[in-house]
Amino acid sequence: MVDSTSPSAARRLKCNWLKIAAVSIAAILALPILVVLVNVLIGNGDVWRHLYETVLADYIQNSLLLMLGVGIGAFAIGVPCAWLTSMCDFPGRKLLSWALLLPMAMPAYIIAYTYTGIFDFAGPVQTFIRSVTGWSYGEYWFFEVRSLGGAIVMLTLVLYPYVYLMSRAAFLEQSENTLEVSRTLGYSSRAAFFKLALPLARPAIVTGLTLVLMETLADYGTVQFFGVNTFTTGILRTFYGFGDVMAASQLAGILLLFVIVLILLEKHSRRRIRYHASGLRKASNRRIQLTGSRVFFTYLVCWLPILFGFLIPVGILLYWALFKAEVPDSKFVQLAWNSLYLAALAAMIVVGLALVLSYAIRLNRGVSVRASIGIAGMGYALPGTIIAIGTIVPLAWLDHRIIDFMKQYTDQRVGLIFSGTLVALLFAYTVRFMAVSLGAVQNGLGKIKPSMDMAGRSLGMTPAKVLARIHVPLLKGSVLTAMLIVFVDVLKELPATLVLRPFNFNTLAVRAFELASDERLIDAAPASLMIVLVGLAPVILLSRSISSRAEFSK
Amino acid sequence: MTSLPSHKKLKEMTLTNVTVGYDGGAIVKEASFQLLEGQIGCLLGPSGCGKSTLLRAIAGFEPLMTGEIKIDGDIISSPSITINPEERHIGMVFQDIALFPHLTIAQNIAFGLTAWPKKAANERVDYLLELVGLSGFQARYPHSLSGGQQQRVALARAMAPKPKLLLMDEPFSGLDAKLREELVPDIREILQHEKMSALLVTHDQMEAFAMADQVSVMDGGEIHQTGSPYEVYHEPETRFVASFIGHGDFLPATVCGPDCVHSDLGNIHGDLDHGFADNTDVDLLIRPDDILHDDDSEFVGEIVSKWFRGSHFLYRVKLSSGKVVYCFASSHHDHHLGQEIGLTVHLDHLVMFPR
Repeated sequence: MVDSTSPSAARRLKCNWLKIAAVSIAAILALPILVVLVNVLIGNGDVWRHLYETVLADYIQNSLLLMLGVGIGAFAIGVPCAWLTSMCDFPGRKLLSWALLLPMAMPAYIIAYTYTGIFDFAGPVQTFIRSVTGWSYGEYWFFEVRSLGGAIVMLTLVLYPYVYLMSRAAFLEQSENTLEVSRTLGYSSRAAFFKLALPLARPAIVTGLTLVLMETLADYGTVQFFGVNTFTTGILRTFYGFGDVMAASQLAGILLLFVIVLILLEKHSRRRIRYHASGLRKASNRRIQLTGSRVFFTYLVCWLPILFGFLIPVGILLYWALFKAEVPDSKFVQLAWNSLYLAALAAMIVVGLALVLSYAIRLNRGVSVRASIGIAGMGYALPGTIIAIGTIVPLAWLDHRIIDFMKQYTDQRVGLIFSGTLVALLFAYTVRFMAVSLGAVQNGLGKIKPSMDMAGRSLGMTPAKVLARIHVPLLKGSVLTAMLIVFVDVLKELPATLVLRPFNFNTLAVRAFELASDERLIDAAPASLMIVLVGLAPVILLSRSISSRAEFSK
Repeated sequence: MTSLPSHKKLKEMTLTNVTVGYDGGAIVKEASFQLLEGQIGCLLGPSGCGKSTLLRAIAGFEPLMTGEIKIDGDIISSPSITINPEERHIGMVFQDIALFPHLTIAQNIAFGLTAWPKKAANERVDYLLELVGLSGFQARYPHSLSGGQQQRVALARAMAPKPKLLLMDEPFSGLDAKLREELVPDIREILQHEKMSALLVTHDQMEAFAMADQVSVMDGGEIHQTGSPYEVYHEPETRFVASFIGHGDFLPATVCGPDCVHSDLGNIHGDLDHGFADNTDVDLLIRPDDILHDDDSEFVGEIVSKWFRGSHFLYRVKLSSGKVVYCFASSHHDHHLGQEIGLTVHLDHLVMFPR
């Protein structure tokens, strides 16, 4: 028994190691946001005045209108669909309840290219109108897809699932009793919805809307393509066009302000979730049975978003990719390979770090570790453009210091070690997608109760064996899920990739964007289609988890 | 150290002045008690009294600040040594059951039997499943079992490697009352059948009384008293034990002799000398069954509330001094609120504390 070490000492040592790792990870991941903030603070008045006099009002107005429009649209689609599929019953309800998630697989910029290809002047719809009526250009009115209104519709079509998901979960969690009590107190089921179910679900709906608005603010591909001037396009134009890091950072700072307001709003509404939730999971199916014209109305409400948000664009993309576009060549294979290995590499890094952070908080609930987790998860709220600026500025600075140093003391000539390579890209992805993977991993780890560790130990297992025989098998699913989500998000991510990719390094998303910008919408189809198809994987996963949630409820 | 199957039974476990805590604060203070072969012990106390922490220290999950824990003469925990949990041959059943969800029932129970030959391990699993009344459940998964069945599997899993001692941390708290009533005697019988020494942690005295041979009552990190259920109920050594265990009232009284006190209900005599000096003001512990209804008694009280309990009535009666006490009466004596009834005291031991 002499060789036995004190487990407390060993544990403390391990905790410290993890704690240091967690704090370091958080510190490094906080770098981009700090850079942006510092630039805002040290920025001089001239830049401000210039921005104020020229573009700022335009950016703010467009961004606000965009948020307003998308917010209303996502609410108007998401909440009714959630209510119908969770509280009512009709043939095909189960199919609908997951099909409504399909548009999530569609990045906004891709749906924008697709509809532009369909509805613009040279597209099939207008060509058809002209051939039937004999009108020519200027003799008829047709709506302009590439406009602020168009951007609102495109973003609404792919972002409403966030509101749908959150409010659906809230409706399902509302205790059946609450609604029944209201009926016994003389409310009609319609009144019960407006007086009770909707207010009860409000925190969840606000959370969903906040996510939608964050994504709206972060969008670059759609607004750039449609020529709508918002913060994201402004930041990149200032950065690229004028090479003005300071002004770009200033704009990023204002965008950050918008994001912070959204986060605070979300926190404020979430504060109440605890009091609103009934705690009782309802698995029963006492839904309102719909018949006749109501079913028809329901199909209309629920199938339209799916039709326009997924089925039509995917169909068109398929048609273009198979029959119209250039035949994919070795260049395309190279492109796909670049995207895949970059996404896989990012997924492994992000999930690896998420595991370190998750174990740190499991074994050490101290303030520093909790703060680290919070900071590491912040990137999710940051638009890719902000992260891109916040990454390139410090890395480029570091690279130039290294080059100067090498020049001064050695004869070695070095290139841009960090800012010119995949390192910058992987770093930005890690900042942006840490929160998603952290969520998935922590969720999985949370299911391994600490008492299971102790049970394993008291049954004669060393800590290493507990890890191998209990944690690894139980955590496998969550880790793979986390990796899949990060993989797909990286594949879709446009602005950060655009800014940070090494010279001559292209991905599917970047290529689709470039082809679309050159008005070669049809040739962008194969790359776009591939992104959408890969993007389906996490959506399927998500839909499986929401349909099986009732079974796993306690 | 290897964890070979251990067939030796526990002879005795001794805790001496065990203090457990984190930087600064002690959660368990100077706890001492002894558990003997085949005994079922119990740490009983309100939540937050340190009982679970003490149990975890015995299991090897918490280091000691002072004192030592010995099993059969070997130190397993002291401030300088903490033998790893996996080397202690101590089994544990957890409050949240903690079955491994990815393993079948048989694999769960065999989890601690890796060092056993396969055939022996299988036989052990089958034997234990039969013992806990779940034969045929081998291939099922934990989530398909009810709470009570899961708890039986958890017990079988902890007992499988034949530990010297079995620790149970609030094992019944997650179960409903009816199931608990069923499971408690079953588990006591299983432990006795296996001659397994065990230590139970609970806040429920009925559970403690039904399971344990020896109860240690804890509060504020300290063990107030260790004794048989009868002793801690009838001969509590501290005011906390007296008020925590069972219903009871403290009746103000004055010492009027070596075995006698004077109170609202007259002079009360005990069967032993109580050791207090004459004229000392004391609080006398009165249990509901100590005061009986007696129409002939000269002492009366006014009924302020009553409960019908089938076989008897339980009254709250206000004495002349304003003190309110419990009183038992047979169910034939149905009196209404506000009525005055005669009371008489039946006490064997005087349990009292200086006021």
